[in-house]
Order: sequence, then structure tokens, then C-alpha cells
Amino acid sequence: MRFIARVEVSLRPGISDPEGATIERALGALGFDGIASVRAGRSFQVELDATNEESARSHASALADRLLANPIIEQYEIEVSPL
Amino acid sequence: MAQRIGVVVFPGTNCEHDAIQALEHLGADARLIFHTETSIGDVDALILPGGFAHGDYLRPGAIARFSPIMDAVSAYANNGGPVVGICNGFQVLCEAHLLPGALQKNSGLTFLCQPATLRVTSTKSALTNAADIGQELVIPINHFSGSYTCDIETLRTLQENDRIVLRYVENPNGSIDDIAGITNEAGNVVGLMPHPERAFTSLLGSSDGVVLLQSILNAAVTL
Repeated sequence: MRFIARVEVSLRPGISDPEGATIERALGALGFDGIASVRAGRSFQVELDATNEESARSHASALADRLLANPIIEQYEIEVSPL
Repeated sequence: MAQRIGVVVFPGTNCEHDAIQALEHLGADARLIFHTETSIGDVDALILPGGFAHGDYLRPGAIARFSPIMDAVSAYANNGGPVVGICNGFQVLCEAHLLPGALQKNSGLTFLCQPATLRVTSTKSALTNAADIGQELVIPINHFSGSYTCDIETLRTLQENDRIVLRYVENPNGSIDDIAGITNEAGNVVGLMPHPERAFTSLLGSSDGVVLLQSILNAAVTL
């Protein structure tokens, strides 16, 4: 079965995020009120074949650990759905 | 006999010839090692030069660390062979976990290409053994992701064991504790963001890189 795994990688809390801080300032300058905070990140959509959703999730988690995220400074969340 | 220095080339590396020219200027025999090779051959030290390996896609060094040559680089480093990563090479060494921590985007979010004044803060490394503590060196930096970061325990370990080898006198990129270069526990694996190979003769504006390159040659050993 084919699944799509959406892997969202973001900086760990406490790691400085100059991109997020710059976007936050830009939003303020554009007049958007009430912006409490912005953290930047990136997302990956990986299509993969697996026998079931659990197996697809475990594959996605393995590739996020090994390559997509640097666990020293980043964390990730995974959403898996059938294609 | 001249020290044999291997200079590892990934797709997108662009400082390999500068490194070779600087090392040969000091009398070494420097040669290129391609990323697809699986052996480093007979060398007495390795340099991972600067550039943008694999376009810096994903994260600088993240893809290069899985190159075929990297198993041999890791084995050499773990056996005590001197390995110095310059700029992108430093990022590769961190991604490969041969050095702790990570290099983030510069705090000002601008690419920095300028001379930087560094202070030597430890001489217990393959990069600084010929220098003096407190010595100031003017060496160019040329990076977008040079802000060194690590967790607080790692920082303490680095500080307490004299593993921060170079610090910026004026921090250009937001690096934690002004770190410009660090070493592993044994002192044989070193990473730094500045480019000593671009400062080996006064014609280039500074010859302050010579003391660092000479340290690599001093550390060169046949394993």
C-alpha cells in the first residue's frame, strides 16, 4: 500500500531561530497585531510503500531520525495517511 | 619526508585547490580524495575543505556525511588520525558526529565574507599545536551557517577540557561562547569556520593561517 508521510521538522525549544524572529518582526511591521511568536521550520512529503500505516510511520520516523532532522538542534512530527 | 595530506572533495566543495596550494607552499604533499572512494590511501592527515557539498541541501553537511568516503574518514579519525574540517568541512564533521554540536544560520541571516580576528584559546589540538594561547590571528570567514550551537552540558565539557581552540574576538555570527573552532577529546579532530588556507601569504592579505596549517603538518602521523 502507498502512503504519504508528512514530516515537519522544527528547531527544538530553546534553540535560537533567527528566521522565525525575523518573520515575527516583519509581521509586526506589516501591522498584524497579536502575533505572540513565530518559529520557522520545514516540511517534507515522502510517498512510501508499506504493508500498513504503522509500518509506514515507523519507516518515516527512521528516515527522519537518520537524515531529515538533526536531533541535536531539531525535532519532528509525522503525519501518515493512505494515498 | 613531506607530509602527505589528503583533501576530501564532495560535489560542491570549492576550496580544495586553495587548501592544496597552501599546504604545498608549506612543503607538504597534498592530494585530492574523491567522495566516491572508499579508502583514503596512505595519508598522514586529512582536510575536509570548504564549499557547499551537495548544494548545502537539507542542511550543510547532512548529505555529504553519508558519502562512501566517510566511513574511511571516521575510521581514520577514531584511530587518532588528524582530521581538520574547514567551514563546510566543519559542518560535515558535526553532521557525522565526529564533533559535537551543530552549525546554524548566522544570527544576522546574512552571508558573511570578511576578515575575522580570532584568539587561540587552546593549543591541545591538531590545528593549534604551533600557536600560542592568546595569540590573535586575522583569517577570513566565508559562510552563511557558521553559528555554532550545542546544549549546555556539551558546552561545559568543551570549556572544561580546553576543547574550544579558537574564539572570535568580535562575534560575527551569534556562535555560542564566541566559538570559531573546537576539537574532539583527543585533539586529533578539529573543526573551524574560518579559512586558514586563504591566509597563507601576505599577498592574500594575511599570513596568519600559516601557524594553523603548520600545526596540521606537525600533527601529521602515519597510522
